[in-house]
Amino acid sequence: MVKPGSGHLLVRLRARRGAFALDVGFETPGGITALFGPSGAGKSLTLRHLAGLERGSEGKVELAGRTLFDGDHGIDIPPRERGVGMVFQEYALFPHMSVAANIGYGLRELPRSEREPRVADLLERVGLAGYDGRRPESLSGGERQRVAVARALAPGPGLLLLDEPFGALDFRVRRGLRRELRTLHDATGVPMVLVTHSLAEVRELSDHLVLLDRGRVVGTGTTGALLADPPNAVAAELLDAEDLG
Amino acid sequence: MELHPLALSFQVALVATALSLVVGLPLAWILARRALPGRDLITVLVLLPMVLPPTVLGYYLLLLIGRGGPVGQAAEALGLGRIVFTPTAAVIAAFVASVPFLVRAAQSGFERVDPAFEEAARTLGRGELSIWFTITIPLAWRGILAGVALTFARAIGEFGATVMVAGSIPGRTRTGSVAIYDAVQAGRMSEANLLAVLLTLTAAGTLYLLTRVGRAPGW
Repeated sequence: MVKPGSGHLLVRLRARRGAFALDVGFETPGGITALFGPSGAGKSLTLRHLAGLERGSEGKVELAGRTLFDGDHGIDIPPRERGVGMVFQEYALFPHMSVAANIGYGLRELPRSEREPRVADLLERVGLAGYDGRRPESLSGGERQRVAVARALAPGPGLLLLDEPFGALDFRVRRGLRRELRTLHDATGVPMVLVTHSLAEVRELSDHLVLLDRGRVVGTGTTGALLADPPNAVAAELLDAEDLG
Repeated sequence: MELHPLALSFQVALVATALSLVVGLPLAWILARRALPGRDLITVLVLLPMVLPPTVLGYYLLLLIGRGGPVGQAAEALGLGRIVFTPTAAVIAAFVASVPFLVRAAQSGFERVDPAFEEAARTLGRGELSIWFTITIPLAWRGILAGVALTFARAIGEFGATVMVAGSIPGRTRTGSVAIYDAVQAGRMSEANLLAVLLTLTAAGTLYLLTRVGRAPGW
């Protein structure tokens, strides 16, 4: 049993999408948690539930002791009030806005005098100082990813979700960005949940691991322990493949 | 020669296009984004004026806004006076005939906007209305603009339904296209000729302007 803390996340979800049935339950104490599994395992669907972007499901989601979703009690906090940031698979940077406007989009509550330094600070954190006026279309894949991370962190979320954040990138770029994300996590302290089908990312980046297969959790625990000692044959098989594609 | 019909046509088309935006944009968005029960039925109803003979459209409108119709009676009871054979009736006719063009074009514009942009905006703490004006509309604007061009062009040329509900009162409800018909009927060919050329230039000029704006680089 994990103690409720600042990054404690509890997830119990049941959902149907056509023939696909999702039935997952896990808890993590914070840090970086990887959802690992093959395509169609329900990783992205789980992530979208955490963000509040999916409807019509049963179960419960709690973050740091706060109920975000409780199907039995009709609680479903809308995405904009969840304080959960998300980095989308293709980053979903607003193409009609500058980099600064993208990052500042979630800071509308702040007066301009505070917004601008905050945007500049975030740009510096992700190594893109001076990129304020650039357009998303003029950025490389890696730069887009960093802008997406900065944008999601801007409103100061209690949890950051990343849906295959390295999936669209060249393998040479991936390694550097993995380290950057780790550094960013350690500097900001924002807990992260990351969807991936790359074992290298799991190993290098995550503290905790949730193994998913066909809509179910087949293993969960600290990354080191799970990698060293898979709890069952399915988990062992998943962790044996280097990249689940 | 009287230029009033052209000015009236322009005004009627302008108001009808503005009305189409107010009514048609939300409708187009709902059709593009929401899984509504009876969606197909709504689509058929919205698009029907495109394929109905304008006189049939005018006939239905007459049943609705005529002095014996429910809308017509309600307007008179509210002290707004008679609707038929007023410029208002011309606007209503142009609006009903042209709003399907806006809905169709805007809907396909909205459908081309990746929902992930709207979802990202939601996770960034923005409400639906704010997202609509800052993300959805700016990203769908080419489709919307095409819709505006077609709507305006259709509205400025409206004839059949307009004659039925607004008539042809000189200086009051006689629009450009109606004036051309009247001029031809009365054998005033040079007047018809001039009006036709001016109306063509107005429509072509509007389309040209909108095409130019639509080709502007970037967003």
